Amino acid sequence: MAQSIQETQEELIEEFGLFDDWADKYEYLIDLGKKLPNLSEAFKTEENVIKGCQSRVWLHAEKQGDQIVFEADSEAVIVKGMISMLIRVLSHHTAEEIMQADLYFIDQIGMSQHLAQTRSNGLLSMVKQMKNYALAFSAK
Amino acid sequence: MTLDISKIRADFPVLDQQVNGSPLVYFDNAATTQKPKSVIDALSHYYASDNANIHRGIHALAERATTAFELTRTKIKEFINAPSSDQIILTAGTTGSINLVAQTFGRANFSKGDKILISNLEHHSNIVPWQMIAEEKGAIIEVIPVDERGVLDLNAYRNLLDASVKLVAVNHVSNAIGTINPIAEMIQLAHAHGAKVMIDGAQSIAHLDIDVQALDIDFFAFSAHKLFGPTGVGVLYGKRELLESMPPYQGGGEMIKEVSFEGTTYNELPYKFEAGTPNIADVIALSAAIDYVNALSKEALFTQELALLAYATEQLSTIPGLRIIGTAPDKIAVISFVIEGIHPQDLGVLLDKFGIAIRTGHHCVQPLMKRFGLPGTCRASFAFYNTFEEIDLFVKALRRSINMLQ
Ligand SMILES: Cc1ncc(COP(=O)(O)O)c(C=O)c1O
Repeated sequence: MAQSIQETQEELIEEFGLFDDWADKYEYLIDLGKKLPNLSEAFKTEENVIKGCQSRVWLHAEKQGDQIVFEADSEAVIVKGMISMLIRVLSHHTAEEIMQADLYFIDQIGMSQHLAQTRSNGLLSMVKQMKNYALAFSAK
Repeated sequence: MTLDISKIRADFPVLDQQVNGSPLVYFDNAATTQKPKSVIDALSHYYASDNANIHRGIHALAERATTAFELTRTKIKEFINAPSSDQIILTAGTTGSINLVAQTFGRANFSKGDKILISNLEHHSNIVPWQMIAEEKGAIIEVIPVDERGVLDLNAYRNLLDASVKLVAVNHVSNAIGTINPIAEMIQLAHAHGAKVMIDGAQSIAHLDIDVQALDIDFFAFSAHKLFGPTGVGVLYGKRELLESMPPYQGGGEMIKEVSFEGTTYNELPYKFEAGTPNIADVIALSAAIDYVNALSKEALFTQELALLAYATEQLSTIPGLRIIGTAPDKIAVISFVIEGIHPQDLGVLLDKFGIAIRTGHHCVQPLMKRFGLPGTCRASFAFYNTFEEIDLFVKALRRSINMLQ
């Protein structure tokens, strides 16, 4: 296995530390969003959707060996950039690791505002849903 | 009268601040307007010196509070030219006023097969209360369509009107796209078919002159917070014979004349519809908001807003890929737009970083968004305290945001 959840978070914090203004940070985030592959239409189901009041998020989870692999998508590219980071941090880890993860990097890179806008973008629900999948898979 | 905008801006403390390192540009006035200092002062003055429950005590504070509360009612009556203050019912907001009419007038007058006409422009607040009572009574809701510009189709409206229509409930102005509806004509047509008309005035109260008698309006609703007043206060105006014939809404103190376990008699207007201790402080502070607008001349305020609308429309039209949604010839200062290939939410997030507050999303008018085939729009809505310089800042930030997103 590559690196721990904590190591990836530290890596992201370091990457964002290179930017000195918000516009650079957001350009990077937008770029991450654009580079994240679109979720295949087959997974954009009613079951996988997390409805925000303004934009939708789709989350698909799969078990590969003892790891959980996440794929996700959003209509809004900034949200998609956030999703990209969450996947980079949480995907390909065990249920146990995911359930215990404390996602401190979001606050440290100054992006907690996007998790606070619960109703508008569905991101917070997505994080909860990722943990729920971990819980469900570990129970199986 | 020309307005001294910088002097006016100094009356609104909230406008003078930095957001994310830039001066705040507040273009979300259709959601709620900012409050002049006189309104904020009236609120704290009330709590600091006059706080008491109204209509009950005989002590000095109760008398002062009651007088101030009833004075607001009189000012509202004058502001919308109602015939009498007892036709001014104080509620919690436009939503509260519409629900009151649905649950009293609707309960007493709708029966199976009756029709309620609403329009495709309506805010959810002027849809859901009618759906609730229609379901209960077996009444039918029909919808007046809008054209590509966001203008109501009056021919379709004429065709929908018949003797089974009991009520027409439409907004005076659309919150999402700014269309001003021809309510005078619509009311005449409705009355000719024996239907009553409820006007949702949430978006017109601060931007158009309202004369409920000249327009022959049966019910008119608005919220104080969209008229530079506090949140938590709304108004329902109704014609006397309608209000008198309607059953009471909520039961409790204030709305009764006499209570016994055998039966209760109800108070007269307006108290019949005002159960319980009202939002005394905010009602009193609404007086200050009305005084503020009256002192400035509505005419001058509306002229300033329309100049802002014209300038913003012209500036936005120079942005490639930008499409304005809602191009009615009669509009208030609201511009809804979308940009090819960009989700409105992304623009809202970036504009906020530039200190610019606009609204993005469906604006509580999902059926209208569906009509235009959009999940949502970006909406900039102006008030008289906004400036041409702010529009320049907005357009510049918008261009930069679009660059970042494309
Ligand atoms: C046209 C319209 N109707 C009704 C409402 C609801 O007003 P309130 O939330 O103050 O009750 C609004 C508020 O946005 C509105 O714009």
